[in-house]
Amino acid sequence: MEHYHMNLTLKVWRQKNAKMKGNLETYKVKDISSEMSFLEMFDVLNEQLIIEGKEPIAFDHDCREGICGMCSMYINGQAHGPWQNNTTCQLHMRAFKDGDTIVVEPWRSSAFPVLKDLVVDRSSFDRIIQAGGYISVNTGNAVDANAMPIDKKDADNAFMAAACIGCGACVATCKNGSAMLFVGAKVSQLSLLPQGEPERESRVLNMVAQMDKEGFGNCTNTYACEAECPKGISIANIARLNSEFLIAGLSNEEN
Amino acid sequence: MTFKHFFTSSIGKKFSMAFTGLFLILFLIVHAGINSCIFLNDHGITFNKVARFMSHNWIMRFMEIGLFAGLILHAVQGLLLWKQNNKARPVAYQYNQPSKNSSWYSRSMGILGTLLLLFIILHLSHFYVGTKIALYSGDTTHNLFKEMDDVFKNLWIIVLYLCGVIALFWHLYHGFQSAFQTFGIHHKKYTPLIKMLGTGYAIIICLLFALMPIAMYLNWIQ
Ligand code: HEM
Ligand code: SF4
Ligand code: FES
Repeated sequence: MEHYHMNLTLKVWRQKNAKMKGNLETYKVKDISSEMSFLEMFDVLNEQLIIEGKEPIAFDHDCREGICGMCSMYINGQAHGPWQNNTTCQLHMRAFKDGDTIVVEPWRSSAFPVLKDLVVDRSSFDRIIQAGGYISVNTGNAVDANAMPIDKKDADNAFMAAACIGCGACVATCKNGSAMLFVGAKVSQLSLLPQGEPERESRVLNMVAQMDKEGFGNCTNTYACEAECPKGISIANIARLNSEFLIAGLSNEEN
Repeated sequence: MTFKHFFTSSIGKKFSMAFTGLFLILFLIVHAGINSCIFLNDHGITFNKVARFMSHNWIMRFMEIGLFAGLILHAVQGLLLWKQNNKARPVAYQYNQPSKNSSWYSRSMGILGTLLLLFIILHLSHFYVGTKIALYSGDTTHNLFKEMDDVFKNLWIIVLYLCGVIALFWHLYHGFQSAFQTFGIHHKKYTPLIKMLGTGYAIIICLLFALMPIAMYLNWIQ
């Protein structure tokens, strides 16, 4: 693809802190290379703001290679921007053309409060994981990989669910702010495997209870999450979460 | 986990939505089937016979309680969920493109449901109230077919009924397959079949219901 440069108008959400109301501010950037990543373009903008003596825009990022899930930006009305199966850091400026206006907002969900500008607090996801997204095993020598036979199909499905990077795009996209795709993936990746079996029932019950406590909305199966997930997590995982919860919830004898 | 915990959890509420939704879907088959008796074009003789059975037989009257309970549960729960879901995003996006990732009707179940509820109230006031009055006053001359004929003389009523049927179509088109997903059924082989079945169901049921007021208004049926 041909290399080109572009001038852009950016409308970026600025918000001083969690309490203050925010608003969109307009900025211009010049000579942006089509080879840059979206975050590199933001670096250029921030350099510019620093030179002008203004407060740079706070945004989250870490790996910049599509694996950590930090780069939460709602770009032109879509989580992580216009490309599918893609994070913001892997979105390249060739997705835009000279003269474009780009609106950038933080994830919006009551369970992901905005801390500053584009940075949101996603610790609600961590608390869901703490509620049951683990297996309890004694540490020590690694067990031989082939000691426990696992159906190839289950191994594949667990692996695909484990691709979830906890980015929160599913929540940001869902009109209900539902976390079902994330929780579905996290429940599936463990419950499909024999190692996850002992805690299978308590896991799904506790994770869903925590999810509800955090104030995420209820899924209405619009499937928007699957379409925007950077890792292509399937809604089959939501169905699995539903059936795991149904079986565990109705068969459980504890009060 | 107690039943209370189960049914007040997010997924538990979804189960009651899906369960009552599928129950209403079954009811609509019976409802459309019986009403289709008017298409026999026998001055409503068959239709009135079946309608009389449905309103007088005690098993049917008992099941009617279940139907209303299911409908109310579905509507109230649906509206509460709708409200709760709006609260999950207190600050709206300044610029959003939801059509890039989901269909408008899947995002509009609350609105479609509300339209349906309004329609159902209108519909009950047209036909249910009269039937009940006749039942309790022991009026044996009550002619439901004639009542239909009278109601469907008004063009505005026809328009309202068609709006109700259109709302029903989109509600079912999304709702049918959605209920199976809620029950945890997502399968390479069966999900496409369920979607086909749901589409076919929504088209047939809604065509039948749409045809009834139209046919009566245009006097195709007498
Ligand atoms: C004949 C009448 C109706 C039928 C057959 C019907 C059927 C359904 C079905 C099958 C679903 C999908 C459930 C799921 O996703 O698990 C659904 C969802 C829904 N219905 Fe209805 N419905 C009817 C009337 C109504 C009424 C009167 C209202 C409200 C006033 C309503 C509000 C909703 C809402 C808000 C949803 C989405 C909730 C969710 O998916 O969690 N429906 N309906
Ligand atoms: S399911 Fe997809 S969109 Fe949701 S947190 Fe995981 S990777 Fe992100
Ligand atoms: S910065 Fe790590 S996924 Fe984008």
